[in-house]
Amino acid sequence: MNADIRIKVGLGSCGMAAGARKTKDALDAALAAAGLDIRAERTGCIGLCFAEPLVEVIDGGESYFYGRVDEAKAAQIVKEHIVGGKPQQELLLAEDELNFLTRQTRIALRNCGVIDPESIEQYIARGGYQALKKAVCELTPEEIIAEIKTSGLRGRGGAGFPTWFKWNACRNAAGEEKYIICNADEGDPGAFMDRSVLESDPHAVLEGMAIAARAIGCHQGIIYVRAEYPLSIERLEIAMAAAREQGFLGQNIFGSGWDFDIYIKAGAGAFVCGEETALLASLEGKRGMPRLKPPFPAQKGFRQQPSNINNVETLANVAWIIRHGGAAFAAYGTEGSKGTKVFALAGKIRRGGLVEVPMGLTLREVIFDIGGGVKGEGAFKAVQMGGPSGGCIPASLLDTPIDYESIAATGAIMGSGGMIIMDDATCMVDMARFFLDFTQKESCGKCVACRIGTKRMLEILTRITKGEGKPGDIELLQQLGEDIKAGSLCGLGASAPNPALSTLRYFPEEYAAHIEGHTCPAKSCRDLLTYHIRPDKCRGCSLCARKCPVGAIDGELREVFVIDEAKCIKCGNCAAVCRFGAVEVK
Amino acid sequence: MAQSTQQVDLAKLEPVLAEYAAKPGSLITILQHTQDIYGYLPREALKSISGATGIAPAQIMGVATFYAQFRLQPVGRYLIMLCQGTACHVNGAESISAIVTEELGIKDGETTADGLFSLKHVACLGCCSLAPAMMINGEVYGNLTGNSVRQVLRELAAAAKEEDKA
Repeated sequence: MNADIRIKVGLGSCGMAAGARKTKDALDAALAAAGLDIRAERTGCIGLCFAEPLVEVIDGGESYFYGRVDEAKAAQIVKEHIVGGKPQQELLLAEDELNFLTRQTRIALRNCGVIDPESIEQYIARGGYQALKKAVCELTPEEIIAEIKTSGLRGRGGAGFPTWFKWNACRNAAGEEKYIICNADEGDPGAFMDRSVLESDPHAVLEGMAIAARAIGCHQGIIYVRAEYPLSIERLEIAMAAAREQGFLGQNIFGSGWDFDIYIKAGAGAFVCGEETALLASLEGKRGMPRLKPPFPAQKGFRQQPSNINNVETLANVAWIIRHGGAAFAAYGTEGSKGTKVFALAGKIRRGGLVEVPMGLTLREVIFDIGGGVKGEGAFKAVQMGGPSGGCIPASLLDTPIDYESIAATGAIMGSGGMIIMDDATCMVDMARFFLDFTQKESCGKCVACRIGTKRMLEILTRITKGEGKPGDIELLQQLGEDIKAGSLCGLGASAPNPALSTLRYFPEEYAAHIEGHTCPAKSCRDLLTYHIRPDKCRGCSLCARKCPVGAIDGELREVFVIDEAKCIKCGNCAAVCRFGAVEVK
Repeated sequence: MAQSTQQVDLAKLEPVLAEYAAKPGSLITILQHTQDIYGYLPREALKSISGATGIAPAQIMGVATFYAQFRLQPVGRYLIMLCQGTACHVNGAESISAIVTEELGIKDGETTADGLFSLKHVACLGCCSLAPAMMINGEVYGNLTGNSVRQVLRELAAAAKEEDKA
């Protein structure tokens, strides 16, 4: 056995849900049984969600990535590779799967899946807290802000506002006490990069916050994190305690006389709290309802004091920029969108997970070259970006470069970077209905246009998916959409119609098929489907009848079976179980 | 539900109120601890929070009903949080919900008569690559199919029976 061999297991939420803890236990048991005193090490999420549980063996300076490692494979890896010295080729990730990693440029995710998130020593060994030292001991606050300005860093939470501008406004605002707030209320369905960073590299966020605090001139930081992310909270607590012990948080940091500390506030589940003023209300223990701006949070924020709010991914870039210089960051990306961006690939994608790439790559490169395209046999139909505030981008626009302006021009938004891939079995009317259902529930109710308008849009979309759409519904949706945008105070309402408007723009024929033809081209809207058994293909095996939950299928053995449409609930069980392809869906 | 109100032991809430009642802006934190203690927000507890903090009961109810995390009714022994995120929706979360309803006879927001299971549709759990996914008492189950959901529910029901015997 090689003396400096190391074994790492990705223990993020996703990995653990896929069974990574059992994998680690199995590795450790096999190592102990082999009489070895090394153990598998914990690391965060490396982003290859599609291959979890993931085990990395570092042997003689080479990395071997084993994917989908269950307990049996864990034992095999220890026996054959660790003890026997023979890497197990058939268990290693294939080369095209490894593309997922090699095509990335990792800045915000630089330590994710590399270090143990609960070890400050490993963070420091990778250059951690050097940027804070530089910011405190060598740079003036103005120089820190200038460096961030050079980098071109823009807010990664959705709006894409220049980070330096916010810091500068808060620095120049008059107030006794100022606050730096990390927005870790990742409510956007389909986005999980913030969770991954918090779980895998919490110190990067703490260091970014401390640098921002130094630049702004404040002493108190708050992390507002979703209560649904218990592991993030746990690892942040551990990281904060370690940082205090080492003097990176607390009093007189680096002997400068400057004090700074952070506490965590757990959110309670409200999408609207991603909006800055709603988040501030929630931090004060109130209903998370937005208010009119100005005054902006930089003037009057938390407790009426100047406050700066940045997203997790934004802050995770800060220490890297201070350490390597703003110009190094700006060397990546496009003219208007500098640096890299993390994207969460999910939906009908072959290789789902987290990828960080320079801005300006095309959608095609990210979805097909890195993500491997659509999973299964379907064809690519659209990618949804920006969650409930965004839109669906059709296949014809796959060569759009990913930057804030180009994505906005398609009718979607960059948002926090969630990319949901859809194939031809995804109904675009149903997608619009899905998002309006979400925003309608999450609307705080303050603005009439949003509160009632989203409900009306949802009703119209629901009736279209049931085949009860009326002539004029499309025009009504468009009109309502424009009115809601104009009549809403915050970003939730102003963007809530986007999923409907963007699908109306690119997929009008699907709406028409539902309204005029009472059919769903994607065969996804249940109320518009009918199930038949084809007499020429049915062998009379009775499997479908036995699997039908409502007893709607009848027939004699070895005769053709028949579905009673009046009883059928369109669950699709029969089509799923038939071995002869005899169940036809129309 | 009526019997549950009689079992509320307000003494358990005292340490929470002692720590947070005087700190401004702590209402959400207090409610989170209260729910950790009782499994839901009992009316009696809300009254005593109001008494200790001086926040009007109406305002407390306003906050308690605003956020998805809080519930005003007790839940079953197993709380099934079924993810309604985009990736789960695209991968068939709706049919998973139908299967839970078929198996247990409860819909979103309901609890089985034996108090064993509650079903709650939740916003994205952030496990999008494991879609469709659900979380039961903190444990995430991913890549669900009709059969795997039925199996998990039956195993949990059996485990509960074993526990009660022991």
